[in-house]
Amino acid sequence: MTLSRDQVAHVAMLARLGLSDEEMERYREQLDIILAHVDRLQQVDTSQVTETAQIGGLVNAWREDQRSECLPVEAALTNAPRRRRDHFEVGAIQE
Amino acid sequence: MSEAAAGVPTVADLGSALRRGAATPQALAATARARLEGISELNVVLRYTGELAERQAARAARTLAESPETAGPLCGVPFAYKDVLCAEGVETTAGSRILQGFVPPYTGTALGRLLDAGAVPVAVTNCDEFAMGSSNENSAYGPVGNPWDPSRVPGGSSGGSAAVVAAGAVPFSLGTDTGGSIRQPAALCGVAGFKPTYGRVSRYGLIAFASSLDQIGPFARRVEDVAHVFTAIAGHDPQDSTSSPLPVEPVEEQLSRGVEGMRLGIPREYLVEGMEPGVREAIEAAFAELEKLGASLEEVSLPTTEAGLSTYYIIAPAECSANLARMDGVRFGLHVDRPALTDTYLQTRGRGFGPEVKRRIMLGTYALSSGYYDAYYRKAQKVRTLIAEEFDRAFEKVDALVCPTSPTVAFPRGAKSDPLSMYLCDVLTLPVNLAGLPGISIPCGLSEGLPVGLQVIGPRFQDARVLRVAHAYERATRWHAEMPPARPAAGAPS
Repeated sequence: MTLSRDQVAHVAMLARLGLSDEEMERYREQLDIILAHVDRLQQVDTSQVTETAQIGGLVNAWREDQRSECLPVEAALTNAPRRRRDHFEVGAIQE
Repeated sequence: MSEAAAGVPTVADLGSALRRGAATPQALAATARARLEGISELNVVLRYTGELAERQAARAARTLAESPETAGPLCGVPFAYKDVLCAEGVETTAGSRILQGFVPPYTGTALGRLLDAGAVPVAVTNCDEFAMGSSNENSAYGPVGNPWDPSRVPGGSSGGSAAVVAAGAVPFSLGTDTGGSIRQPAALCGVAGFKPTYGRVSRYGLIAFASSLDQIGPFARRVEDVAHVFTAIAGHDPQDSTSSPLPVEPVEEQLSRGVEGMRLGIPREYLVEGMEPGVREAIEAAFAELEKLGASLEEVSLPTTEAGLSTYYIIAPAECSANLARMDGVRFGLHVDRPALTDTYLQTRGRGFGPEVKRRIMLGTYALSSGYYDAYYRKAQKVRTLIAEEFDRAFEKVDALVCPTSPTVAFPRGAKSDPLSMYLCDVLTLPVNLAGLPGISIPCGLSEGLPVGLQVIGPRFQDARVLRVAHAYERATRWHAEMPPARPAAGAPS
């Protein structure tokens, strides 16, 4: 299979990765090669197999629905590039 | 040169010196730091822990003075940890520009348990960006050199953590292993490196790469030291919902039982074509040694091994693309200011991530995108089941598996420039992550003057058995005592 430039641009947008034209072309070529390799998966018969969800055999990890200590607001905000009062500040969501 | 001649101590040596009063935690931390500074040309250390080291050394000194009976084997012993583990107040960047300046507001469980055991973290080690790589050439802060030959790679992604132990600067370190990132650098640097069973060590406070595969584990010069560190960090943690509630088997009881009467399997598919002759020779000699020690060796087959690489390179990138979505320039890390939020995301991530991380995010996003999910991600998770079941069946016949860790010795920097040939470095280690098994690499020879690693793999939660086999081999051989020719110049032997 061959990825198109548009497909690569679409995936980059889904991933919110700003790529240069040169990067776009490089990843198009490299993903093509990698995907051609991983396509061998299709040769493995998995008709009788269910997919792995949790390799350690755990199903659900429950805890009591109780209040407990958590990260204080100030600590959570120490690394914030932009803050306003007790909030993370972001730019306009709608353009 | 041997390590004894080089004056390189083990955890056990330092522990006994500390308890005798022949050394202090502060002095050992200072020596470790001097030794690390002496190998600065290897670019192994990203930063020193400063105040945290001082505080911990003082705490250990108090314990040793006031209640020596409570001081465990790690109390006062210096170590280094990979730049993906969070310690409160110490910058942690995952080897990435996007997290430059990030100072975690809390300490992760594995590190926290080592602090509780009195161990003294002195340095944060270089690694591949977000633990993605097999050569430590993907760090935003420059590549790491192998102490055996600085022009060669130390392996990856925990290359710095392997190199600091190999160079004798610290007696142990912590790394993480998602597809071989502890075992492969351990092999290439000639030290012991252990990836515990998935879920055995809490991942709380570990910057996530691929959550269903990631596991924290130790590097050390002795299997016994690996066991001490494992014992300190293993066990259930309510903060990590994938951490296993099963009790941890006591390791020390089993460690010295030897391999007499054990059945060991050699997976036929792991003696791959691309294996270097010197690696094959060393591995075959190791097999013979294990037989001499009373184990019976037999060939087993894991036929789906060949699909392992493809399975891994769908699942790991898919999970990383989701995990790394949090690197968005809003709550921490790099922030490229733009009026519209979408542009902030695009520019922050476009500038903050390096080429390999972008490649894997692209691959993973593609594999999870609408219309491709079934063909790639779901398919890969089914093949993963087959790979795990094949291991389980093999373990009905044998107690553990033995094989090479890496098909090659350490290669020159820049030798694997295309992504696929780099991915092939992990072909013998990543099936173990897919199946959630414990695996260790220990030194078993030299080829062209460079270390070769023997991998021991066990059934899930039989971590102690894996360490027992490794320990038996180590006691019968001297490969673990080999030191790299280029040793740290600074720092007097303790």
